[in-house]
Amino acid sequence: MRITVDPITRIEGHLRVDCEVDGGKVVDSWSSGQMWRGIEVILQGRDPRDAWVFTQRICGVCTTVHAIVSVRAVENALGLEVPLNAQYIRNMIIAAHGVHDHIVHFYQLSALDWVDIVSALQADPKAASNLAQSLSNWPMNSVQEFTRVQEKLKGFVASGQLGVFGSGYWGHPAMKLPPEVNLLGVVHYLQALDYQRRANQIVGILGSKTPHIQNLAVGGVSNPINPESQSTLTLERLYKIKALIDQLGDFVNQVYAVDVAAVGALYAEWTKYGSGVLNYLSVPDMPLDTKGTQFALPGGYIKNGDLAGMKAITSYQDQYFEKGVKESSKHSWYQSTSGALHPYKGETKPEYTGFQDTGKYSWVKAPTFYDDRAQVGPLANVLAMYALGHEPTKRHLTRVIEIASKVAGAPIPLAALHSTIGRHAARAVRCAVLVETLDQQWNLLMQNIAKGDFDTYNRPRFPRGEIQGFGYHEAPRGVLSHWTVIRDGKIANYQAVVPSTWNAGPRDEKDALGPYEASLLGNPVADPQKPLEVLRTIHSFDPCLACAIHMHDPVNREIVRVKAV
Amino acid sequence: MGADIGGGGGGSGQDPLSPPGSVLVLGVGNILLADEGVGVRAVDAFRCRYVVPAAVEILDGGTAGMGLIDLIAGRKHLIIVDAVNAGGAPGSIVRLAGADIVPFLRQRLSPHQLGLLDVLAYLQLMETAPESVTIIGITPDDMSLSLDLSPPLQAALAGIADRIADELTGLGVPLVRAGEA
Repeated sequence: MRITVDPITRIEGHLRVDCEVDGGKVVDSWSSGQMWRGIEVILQGRDPRDAWVFTQRICGVCTTVHAIVSVRAVENALGLEVPLNAQYIRNMIIAAHGVHDHIVHFYQLSALDWVDIVSALQADPKAASNLAQSLSNWPMNSVQEFTRVQEKLKGFVASGQLGVFGSGYWGHPAMKLPPEVNLLGVVHYLQALDYQRRANQIVGILGSKTPHIQNLAVGGVSNPINPESQSTLTLERLYKIKALIDQLGDFVNQVYAVDVAAVGALYAEWTKYGSGVLNYLSVPDMPLDTKGTQFALPGGYIKNGDLAGMKAITSYQDQYFEKGVKESSKHSWYQSTSGALHPYKGETKPEYTGFQDTGKYSWVKAPTFYDDRAQVGPLANVLAMYALGHEPTKRHLTRVIEIASKVAGAPIPLAALHSTIGRHAARAVRCAVLVETLDQQWNLLMQNIAKGDFDTYNRPRFPRGEIQGFGYHEAPRGVLSHWTVIRDGKIANYQAVVPSTWNAGPRDEKDALGPYEASLLGNPVADPQKPLEVLRTIHSFDPCLACAIHMHDPVNREIVRVKAV
Repeated sequence: MGADIGGGGGGSGQDPLSPPGSVLVLGVGNILLADEGVGVRAVDAFRCRYVVPAAVEILDGGTAGMGLIDLIAGRKHLIIVDAVNAGGAPGSIVRLAGADIVPFLRQRLSPHQLGLLDVLAYLQLMETAPESVTIIGITPDDMSLSLDLSPPLQAALAGIADRIADELTGLGVPLVRAGEA
């Protein structure tokens, strides 16, 4: 039986997933991007200093990350160094954005794949509160809070509509949490709405404007630093940021990490599903010097799950990364006469054919790293940081696994991370690491200002002739890279290889399945009309192509349009 | 109200238009896709055509979703300007308010409305939703990759700005045309 999950989405184009289901399991799958993305075309001939203003409009979720990577790519082409203050300010923006994104992803965009809102109505608030307090000393786990939230939820249900909750698969046989844990999930879902705002406020203060930041420049940032002026980045604003960082740390460590561990332990069978592609690619981030050769967070390439044999990526000039990336259009709706192409040579010439199972079926290209598929995202990054001995990663990962083992009543091995639930666990670990990094970058900025260094910008100078460069960022959904060729100071070619391309790409030059596709093989499907289990695995990647995968269907209010044939 | 701006006392608590920024005019859309970005272009046109009073904040919401929560939370009135495929000739304007909004959004044509509908629902859960939400929708013509509006929408901008002004006047906000102050 063939099922097509064709969700309603926004901005970057729809994600469509087709699965062949046999005996309650997925036996083949196709991941297809349904909308053409043409940013590359709009940038040709433009001033490279302006590219970031346009790239941050590619997507409604990942605005900041496309802005940052764009300036990094142009700086790389110019060999331009970036003042320390600018690095720290950019690092804080992307760390805060990452924290925001991870919190929203777990609670608002995927928790309801696992937590049954309607079941929470049956919970005993006192028992639920006791359970929460046995796992964490979060002050907002009180009986009063749990009772208040349950009453509020009852109000929604009594009014005949579940509001944002109207589109879930409530009562689905794959929903297995006891009512008390469901209530715990709902309480923290609402608290997360408040805390994600605080992370965004940091981006707003430093970026001068949200939703689209305005403070970037090729060569640094445009934030003037003057501790004595009210109109610049003042100490008052910096201390406001510090307070927000501390509040986020409390929420992430005492709520988010604990919830992921507990929910994961109660769905332990989901550590057996969803692994897929075991090549993991991530890049180092949070540069600590002006050239981009030292980083707070490491990254690299893990082939076939072999942590011991991993290869680190070490600088913004890293040849191993630069030379390894290619994109295949063999199964994508672009002309593809000359095989997989390096992004500097990348082409974006549409050739739509309709959906062909063995031919072309997606607007997304299929990226490869040294001709192999690679999974990107927090799991790839956490595995790399763990393998490279990054202390905060080891500490937070150990803690999450310990809590999960306690709830499960049995030790959970590290290898459980190669799974649907493992991607959620890794994202929570990375979020905890990011909050620490945010704090570290704040301290570095304060120390540097205290030394009397107020520099934030180095002026770029564009040579005649042709130069090329790339920039990368370990974004919330994984490796994001922009590649540009600049001729006589104008953009001659521009390619964005986005995280969801790595993960959602179709079959490649060798017809190998992409990470989404491979992860679905063997995935259970109890009811083809309500493929909750397929959504669980796809959501675990945090798909940006389907950033609205959780939204209401305008007509029947289901999350997705499902066609079972 | 979640706003923390001091009103200066004087018993102005009943004034529907205080504190400053009580009314948010939010243009949304993707300016990379021609008429898809008409909401953003229209609020810019309004800003050029009228003197924006203190009670009103004009915002380019771009393609953002969750990022808008913090910007809408605590406002008294929200006016959204967006491309809406309501039929009619390109550049036609429809006004949606109150109970109109949810059923119409289910017709889903501009993808941002879904994002905004979610955002409004989250704001309800947080008990910080605006008292009133109005959508000024414009029928698009060309949604292909371009930074420029199509000619009929370019021609409609001044009229859309005036519709925004009408909406604000209806909320009790006095407006003055730019250059006539």
